[in-house]
Amino acid sequence: MLLIHCPYCNETLPEVEFAYASEAHIARPAKPSDVSDEDWAEFLFMRSNVKGPLYERWRHIHGCGRFFNAVRDTVTDKFLTTYKAGDPRPDLSSLTEGLK
Amino acid sequence: MTRFNAFNLLKNAMSGHKNWTEQWPDSQPKSEYDVVIVGAGGHGLGAAYYLAKEHGITNIAVIDKGWLGGGNTGRNTTIIRSNYLYDESQRLFDHSVDLWQGLSQELNYNVMYSNRGCLMLAHTVHDVQSFKRHVHANRLNGVDNRWLTPEECKEYCPPINIAKDARYPVMGGALQERAGTARHDAVAWGYARGAAARGVDIIQNCAVTAIRRNAGGSVAGVETEKGFIKAKKVAVSASGHNSMVMATAGVRLPLESMPLQALVSEPVKPIFPCVVMSNAVHAYCSQSDKGELVIGSGTDQYVSYSQRGGLPLIEHTIAAISEVFPIFNRMRMLRKWGGITDNTPDRSPIIGKTPVQNLYVNCGWGTGGFKATPGSAHVFAYTIAKDEPHPINAPFTLERFRTGRLIDEAAAAAVAH
Repeated sequence: MLLIHCPYCNETLPEVEFAYASEAHIARPAKPSDVSDEDWAEFLFMRSNVKGPLYERWRHIHGCGRFFNAVRDTVTDKFLTTYKAGDPRPDLSSLTEGLK
Repeated sequence: MTRFNAFNLLKNAMSGHKNWTEQWPDSQPKSEYDVVIVGAGGHGLGAAYYLAKEHGITNIAVIDKGWLGGGNTGRNTTIIRSNYLYDESQRLFDHSVDLWQGLSQELNYNVMYSNRGCLMLAHTVHDVQSFKRHVHANRLNGVDNRWLTPEECKEYCPPINIAKDARYPVMGGALQERAGTARHDAVAWGYARGAAARGVDIIQNCAVTAIRRNAGGSVAGVETEKGFIKAKKVAVSASGHNSMVMATAGVRLPLESMPLQALVSEPVKPIFPCVVMSNAVHAYCSQSDKGELVIGSGTDQYVSYSQRGGLPLIEHTIAAISEVFPIFNRMRMLRKWGGITDNTPDRSPIIGKTPVQNLYVNCGWGTGGFKATPGSAHVFAYTIAKDEPHPINAPFTLERFRTGRLIDEAAAAAVAH
């Protein structure tokens, strides 16, 4: 079972308290009426599906209920970090350094 | 290739079965092919087989980073059915069930197809309404499916608990008698043998690292661990790794790869006559010819390439199995494993052309690819050979995510493939 650190509750808790919410840092278009069909498809459906460190969202659904972001290696399932929604994307090289 | 028949069996028995020839050679890559297929699972090997047999294209390489049939072909719960809701899906999956009927004879290889029936249990009023809608939709298209009362369910599959006070009461079930199971490895082996006999090279333990394109944008070939291989056409059929392979050609796909877990029990005497699925509680079960109960669950919730998955899901599945079949609640489980499934947002596959000329993709089968192996391979081969989709896979384009013409089986409730 995954142990996930909620950056709001500041606790590391079992996976069953959390709901996955797919890839992070996908911003909804500011002006939807100007968006082409291609860009809508990209926003709604296309995903990087990274094999390796993936920026993703989780929700502490059976706790504080809030969404937050995480970086997790999808090969090992190991979390590299979690951070609050709205925080900038952490630099990958500083996160993976500790693993080497 | 030595054909399997009574005469050859007898002849080889005379020499102690020591002179059987190899089923397929362990090929090394040539510098150039007409078609390179990435991924030697059932879908990829099957496509090579039908390209060689029906379209006269034999200069083909099927390349895999591991052993053939070592990915999801060898990791599924071997269930075959076609009781989908939408017309497009029914045509695709029923085409496959049609091909399953004669596949052992077609390949001269026993794939142990057994149409023992698949029963989908309804536990709530919503289930009843949804499954009856499926039954009607299927019957309109001539697809086998019928409604059973709880007593008829019990008669068809005696281990089911139909007590009124059960945790998951059985309010009826949809039965597709043409559905069933097959031996998953044999499907890969049968197609590999048939394709190799027609001149197809099967190259194992050779990862494709990138798809290379010409200056004009069309496909040039593939970079592999054993060097560059030139190809007129490249077809990708790499299940969980489709996103990674296609990204090297600059094509983004609407896929997320997630582990799907399954487990088997200790082998016991025959007790379970069919396949039973219970979508509301997300568990399904059948008994293999070896006697093991083969149990499957839903996918883990997160993107992962670990081929492992988490235990909470197994606990949930086993809890459901123990409630629906109390007779099994003291049974010991032997093994569990995970396969990496590539899931589309509408839970329907993508089979067809891509924005890159001469590059084709067969992906997004999610948790339900095994049942479709012959049908998918058949229409994918057609698409590659003719550079246009077969009428059956024409709706399953990558384009549909731009046009919005989704085939939304995900919203059709029977999501446990």
